[in-house]
Amino acid sequence: MKRRSLLAAGAGLLAAPGFARAQSGDVVFLSTQLRPVEEATRLRNAILRPAPVQSTFVTEEPQNLTVRMRAEAQAGRRTVSLVGALHGELQPLAADSLDALDDVAAQLADRGIPQNLLELGKLGTGQQRYIPWMQATYIMAAHRRALEFLPAGADINALSYDQLRAWAAAIQQRTNQRRLGFPAGPRGLMARFFQGYLYPSYTGGVVRTFRSAEAEQGWAALKATWAHVAPASTTYNFMQEPLMAGEVWIAFDHVARLMDALRAAPGDYVTFPAPAGPMGRGYMPVIAGLGIARGAPNRAGAAQLIEYLSRPATQLRLAAETGFFPVVRAELPADLPPAVRLAASAIGATQSARDAKVSLLPVGLGDKGGEFNKVYMDSFQRIVLRNENIRTVLDAEAANLRAVMNATAAPCWSPDAASDGACPVA
Amino acid sequence: MAPKPWVPYLLIAPAVLFLGALFLLPLVQTLVLSLQGEGGLSFANYARMLGDLNFADALRNTFLLTLVVVPVQIALALLMATMIARIGAGRDLVLWVWVIPLAISDLAAGLAWLAILQSTGYLNSVLFALGLLDGPTPWLTQETPVVLFIGIALAEIWRATAIVLVILVAGMQLIPKEFGEAAEVFGASPWQRFRRVTLPLLKPSIQSALILRTVLAFEVFAVVYALGGRNFPVLVGEAYVWQGENQNTGVAAAYAALIMLISMLATFVYLRVLRTPREQMA
Repeated sequence: MKRRSLLAAGAGLLAAPGFARAQSGDVVFLSTQLRPVEEATRLRNAILRPAPVQSTFVTEEPQNLTVRMRAEAQAGRRTVSLVGALHGELQPLAADSLDALDDVAAQLADRGIPQNLLELGKLGTGQQRYIPWMQATYIMAAHRRALEFLPAGADINALSYDQLRAWAAAIQQRTNQRRLGFPAGPRGLMARFFQGYLYPSYTGGVVRTFRSAEAEQGWAALKATWAHVAPASTTYNFMQEPLMAGEVWIAFDHVARLMDALRAAPGDYVTFPAPAGPMGRGYMPVIAGLGIARGAPNRAGAAQLIEYLSRPATQLRLAAETGFFPVVRAELPADLPPAVRLAASAIGATQSARDAKVSLLPVGLGDKGGEFNKVYMDSFQRIVLRNENIRTVLDAEAANLRAVMNATAAPCWSPDAASDGACPVA
Repeated sequence: MAPKPWVPYLLIAPAVLFLGALFLLPLVQTLVLSLQGEGGLSFANYARMLGDLNFADALRNTFLLTLVVVPVQIALALLMATMIARIGAGRDLVLWVWVIPLAISDLAAGLAWLAILQSTGYLNSVLFALGLLDGPTPWLTQETPVVLFIGIALAEIWRATAIVLVILVAGMQLIPKEFGEAAEVFGASPWQRFRRVTLPLLKPSIQSALILRTVLAFEVFAVVYALGGRNFPVLVGEAYVWQGENQNTGVAAAYAALIMLISMLATFVYLRVLRTPREQMA
């Protein structure tokens, strides 16, 4: 008797993550996000349990998502109703696995999801394919000691790259230390700064505009700024560390890589959006969206769950429980942990900035993603660190970029204008 | 009873199988990988490696580090081994303490030195307390390449001198005391005894130590990675970046093949130059 129940428990454990049986009527919610057991458990207990619809949350490796969705469609037996995944993971499902959600989007019109994010949710099809669910992105954090050096008339929530340089220069002049920091170390996310911030802000594109005159300007500006950047930046991987050590006063990084500093001393820091250039305030949201599977067994329940998950209160709860932040307009309540509030306010200010220019994570590069990043990192190394001629470097690296794009035949993604076939480097 | 002729082969078979499966096979695979291009055999990966931004720096840094670190380590180890030979009581304790770095993983050693040398590290704290610095000063950046090099060389010397020491101490124990005593009877000074007796008889050990250290020095990675990151490219580090970050196995394999070639050449040179005639063996 005892043995049998043990066996049953064992079988239950084995079956738990991937094959959990939904009770009839439950909405099966398949997600590539919040996969770690602790995060999934927090989502189940804190968010999904009080939901108006009962659901079964199941996770899947990103690379298996497309396979599973296609397999279900081919087998003619759809089990999944709701799909949660990153923008780039939902893209391949747009054509044949995701239902049109224009009715759901209309119902959520008053939630204040920014128009540019909703537009992304159409995945280039003209109809809403997913509803933006949650996001993470890159922000800036500064120690309060740096604030007194902010250039006169500069609004910290609407800085320009010129003002950032002036700010860092003023700090250097007065403290004799270079205290602006970037995560340009071996495990840092510096390549995303070029792809999501510098290039969109100066050129309005990432690939097409790689060797444009505007790009030349952007690099020149960065090079001028680098004279005031902490020289150890090429060793920084997570900016929370130099921030907490006091080596750096102003830092740019992914929000998850700043959280430790914000949690340790929320009173010491201010957070704000990355600067803007001549073409706008480039920013790279890591957006997860909610889609409804075509032929879903419980479409109405899935739509109801989307409505619940995009309530401001639910989204704030999610932000407090995980590392993802609201996409809807949400008043930050007083009881939100201060570090989460700091991060969420900078993300909110970024996405609602009037000059915000969304730049997406590369789509369709597969295992060439590394070499794509290398083009930007090599350009940085040559132009900024080795002082090579900007025009020469851009022309040379454009050839490498072209090779990557042609090898993958990846079409352009936002902010570059759409292309037929491989995204061209002008 | 006559010895069975197949016994020696049987005895070395496990080692041969082991080396074949875990060394020769991956080696061949690496070479094949490095020569694989689009549509068959090609040198494209090697061309990519040679044309890469960091290749020349990585090659130069690796050789420079080897040329500085290995001789210093041999000299230091010789000195330490000679000292140990003179110590009576407490010899084992001293030897034990000196080989502690050997027991520490190279990445951990790199991190320990990072704690000393980084801008808010122990070195700066001491210098600041002595009034020699007026604030955190970064040493390990690409703007201070000389200090960065010295830091990495120091860490490497600290970490890996012990292995040379162990080999040389073992070698010295094999030298019969009578040779030194005979030289002393004929009035040789300590320096002469070292030059004319110890050193020549130690040559086989020095050869082993040199081969081991040089090959390992060409493979230096973890200490450099911890202290210098991308600021100090070395060959193995580049192989790692091409494999891990750039996700291009072909170019990574080309780097691996190059490192192997260099190591083999160095071994060959040592075997030729430091050859000990049989009659001179101790």
